Amino acid sequence: MFFSWPFFFEVLIGGLLAGVMYSLVALGFVLIFKASGVFNFAQGAMVLFAALTLVGFINMGMPTAVAILITMAVMVALAYSIERVVLRPLVNQPPIILFMATIGITFFIDGFGQTLWGSDVYVLDIGIPTTPLFFGDILVNSFDLVAAAVAGLLVVVLAIFFQKTRVGRALRAVADDHQAAMSVGIPLRVIWVIVWSVAGLVALVAGIMWGSKLGVQFSLVLIALKALPVLILGGFTSIPGAIIGGLMIGAGEKLAEVFIGPFLAGAIEDWFAYMLALVVLLFRPQGLFGEKIIERV
Amino acid sequence: MIFKKLFLAATAAAVLATPLLAMPAAAQNEQFMPLLVYRTGPYAPSGIPLANGFNDYFELINSRDGGVNGVKLTWEECETNYNNDRGVECYERLKNQGPTGATVVNPYATGITYALIERATADKIPIFSMGYGRADATIGSVFPYVFTAPATYWAGADAIIQYIQSQEKGSLKGKKIALVYHDSAYGKEPIATLEALSKQEGFTFNLFPVAHPGLEQKATWLQIGRQLRPDWVIMWGWGVMNATAIKEAAAVGYPMDKFIGIWWSGSEADVKPAGAAAKGYKSAQFTGTGTGAPVHAQIRDLLFAKNTGKGKDTFGEVLYNRGLVNAAVSVEAIRTAQGKFGNKPMTGEQMQWGFENLNITQDVIDKLGLTGLMSPIKLSCNDHEGGGSVVIQQWDGKGWNYVSDFIKPRREMLTKMYEASAMQYAKEKNITPRDCSKM
Amino acid sequence: MIYREAGQFKTSYAADQGIFPIRLDRMGMVALLLIAYLAIPAVANHYWLVSILVPFLVFSMAAIGLNILTGYAGQLSLGTGGFMACGAFAAYKLATAFPDLHIIIVLLLSGTITAAVGVLFGLPSLRIKGFYLAVATLAAQFFLIWMFNKFGWFNNYSPSGVISAPPMHLFGDIYITGPQSSPLVKYLFLLTFVAIMALAAKNLTRCKIGRSWMAIRDMDIAAEIIGIRPLWAKLSAFAVSSFYIGIAGATWAFIYTGSVEALAFDINRSFQVLFMIIIGGLGSILGSFLGAGFIVLLPIFLNNAPGLVGWHIPVDMLAHLEFMIFGALIIFFLIVEPHGLARLWTVAKEKLRLWPFPH
Repeated sequence: MFFSWPFFFEVLIGGLLAGVMYSLVALGFVLIFKASGVFNFAQGAMVLFAALTLVGFINMGMPTAVAILITMAVMVALAYSIERVVLRPLVNQPPIILFMATIGITFFIDGFGQTLWGSDVYVLDIGIPTTPLFFGDILVNSFDLVAAAVAGLLVVVLAIFFQKTRVGRALRAVADDHQAAMSVGIPLRVIWVIVWSVAGLVALVAGIMWGSKLGVQFSLVLIALKALPVLILGGFTSIPGAIIGGLMIGAGEKLAEVFIGPFLAGAIEDWFAYMLALVVLLFRPQGLFGEKIIERV
Repeated sequence: MIFKKLFLAATAAAVLATPLLAMPAAAQNEQFMPLLVYRTGPYAPSGIPLANGFNDYFELINSRDGGVNGVKLTWEECETNYNNDRGVECYERLKNQGPTGATVVNPYATGITYALIERATADKIPIFSMGYGRADATIGSVFPYVFTAPATYWAGADAIIQYIQSQEKGSLKGKKIALVYHDSAYGKEPIATLEALSKQEGFTFNLFPVAHPGLEQKATWLQIGRQLRPDWVIMWGWGVMNATAIKEAAAVGYPMDKFIGIWWSGSEADVKPAGAAAKGYKSAQFTGTGTGAPVHAQIRDLLFAKNTGKGKDTFGEVLYNRGLVNAAVSVEAIRTAQGKFGNKPMTGEQMQWGFENLNITQDVIDKLGLTGLMSPIKLSCNDHEGGGSVVIQQWDGKGWNYVSDFIKPRREMLTKMYEASAMQYAKEKNITPRDCSKM
Repeated sequence: MIYREAGQFKTSYAADQGIFPIRLDRMGMVALLLIAYLAIPAVANHYWLVSILVPFLVFSMAAIGLNILTGYAGQLSLGTGGFMACGAFAAYKLATAFPDLHIIIVLLLSGTITAAVGVLFGLPSLRIKGFYLAVATLAAQFFLIWMFNKFGWFNNYSPSGVISAPPMHLFGDIYITGPQSSPLVKYLFLLTFVAIMALAAKNLTRCKIGRSWMAIRDMDIAAEIIGIRPLWAKLSAFAVSSFYIGIAGATWAFIYTGSVEALAFDINRSFQVLFMIIIGGLGSILGSFLGAGFIVLLPIFLNNAPGLVGWHIPVDMLAHLEFMIFGALIIFFLIVEPHGLARLWTVAKEKLRLWPFPH
């Protein structure tokens, strides 16, 4: 297949926009890791759960706006119960144990969500257009543009929340140093509930976007695997890292699939994303924007 | 390592309490059917209607006819989660239940089929992989216990090419056809057939593998829709991959009526999530659609009216109907076997005879109330596919409609390919093929 | 009251450093092996052998392998599935290219090949640590599965990419793979093999190399300062671990399922083995067995339990319940004993020594 610049840009733009969709999921991971050092494996399950709950309420006949509000309340309730039941008894455990606990949460939410709402596939249509758009000769997917806008908006909101509000400042304090934050009177438990709630809301946004792209079904939990290289490339603790990592992974894997794939019999994008992240890590072991790891004996 | 004692104590306790060892004495006049289903997990949207179809047909046989010649059907579902090792576990758990053990196994996953072929052959239990699994298992002399009726993937690929040929006014010379496939054992099945056909018919043929699970296909579809621009696209997709492919195809502006999926890419669960974008999409199929057959009326009157039956929500869906037909073929095999061995529960070995001598003519189909849901099949010792036909259907946004007649795959060519592949298998496994001319 | 070590005097260092310094433990071990070799074959039926005990042993082997890497050497790995696939395909290529090779040699060679692959993918561990290292192993996972799936050479150009084990003899006329093999032979073979490998692993972790792994795990900079070479320690951990995991993959394909496609070793398999070692106990050979037993048995038990007491729950509900109970149990165990089942066992033994006295 011959190479042409317009096609190259088409793939590049398509990849960048696809990367934004990964970032939406990766953001949830980053929020929780930043504030509590927990690698939250359950983020994918939370995306599915949020989307299922939303579709469930919409199918009961609620207006979409009301359904979204109720789903937000459900996600906050979920965050509260996770803190109460799982995190609180596991305070001060090593990261791998907390990681394992979130895997337990994943199983529970998967089962619970399907018990409540069934395992069928549901259509979620909130009116985002999917028609192809042309800029000159270059094709861009309108759905992806909307998704990118949503992700951008989300990052701005999160940035304002973290930088400008009292709670946001408290969150950053906790992220920097648990002990110091507690000693100046920041309630750790409340902060955790807030962080998990915010991650739940981010999961809801991701669930809406991915759900209206693929239909709401169990396979949504698998997008967590797409978010992992993004997360690693960008660094576990950086919100801009999640976005830029997403863009790099998205563009990188699409370009590789289209231009290198044919020589390797194709379907290389999955491992290519991880290899790309690996190469970056060899130069920056903490990810592009992660906090520098300083080791002392 | 004393732990093992604990483990053993626990197991021993479990063993004692387990009917896995001591099966409850089942009524003697029952025919037991194990059902390997997946009602949960990523493929549940496909698994639920299939399982419902099976349940409802068996229940209909029991309540309408009082069983098969007086032998009641019993069945038990086991959740495989579409997972190979769970599937094997389910098979092992269910194979000895009922007075004569499992009658016939429908694995409903290509991977589980592969894992069970040797086991079931050793246990003498027929596997009925209807439209999935190993295509070369059609050769009954090498695979005595595997049945592939009414059509294998290879036959499906040939039927799709025949349909495209008819749409292109007879000649495929110089046309470009692309295959988008799930990069797994299942998705690779049609490649050899399509390559052979491309040489024979003179079309160029391009491959586009999609990595499991297929959530992301933007790169694939940019290549297809913006660079290669093939005349036709064929898809071997599964689960979430199907809806994603349809959406991405629409996003690059690929015409839907030139896009044909295999029968696992052509159910309601595949097109509905894609919404309006899916309108015009086509798929191959070997079972009919809709709720118009007499058997549907009977299920409505005899089961749903009495609040039994499971398939109310999935009634008439493509995969529900496939479940019905699959159950019906199994029941007819029991009936055929009973014709030789008497009206009592059949063993797996007797069922194997029943399958090999199965002859479902159009008259039988009409009598069973399955008119329009399946094409006639006739199996034999060496032909386990039975010469079924394939039809192309199109999604109009609400339902599936036929856009072709029933197409007969070109079996002369396919049989040669089946045989070559089956003989290679026989060689690897040190199997001496049965001599079918003596049977 | 029976479990006492009073009166057992050690008169040599060798005796003091034995794997089972307490006599009762030794007797227990012998009893256990007797049960495993004599009682189980006598009582277990076909179903138990084929679908519970054989996978349990295969998973135990994989869990020992991962435990060496993650539990002893502290290198988090999510590439177990890929390495298992590597073992399975290596064994397949060996067995089909040299049909006269004995099964044990095939297994050991496929383990060795996997070890080499493991070392290759372990190289980044010299620079990348913690959760970030998971990416290097994930790259291995996705790359290896893709490679085996993609290139026909690995599966002898079978059209579907599925490999299936050729029939092989254990000795004389007894088949270990293929349809003629009996489940009992498979079980006894695996039991012996796993027992020997477990003993080897236990001893490896108690000697110099094992101690260097643990030093690296606890703090690699400090270990380096006291003269342990991280390069050797980390790469040897990757090699030994991959050796075990490769053999587990080969036995999975040859002895457990008989035929397998690359996707059977996808990322979920990696997670499954990781669950086993965390539930069972990181840095414990015993824990590997306990975790494997827990993860293999629990779903099957949950699936069968309602039927045993006569409830009839629809299978989908049952599957969802299974998910929820499984998740809840993981959390419960972590809260009760974050260091796994093996630690619970140790604590129980400590208590038992003094029982019925509190101190």
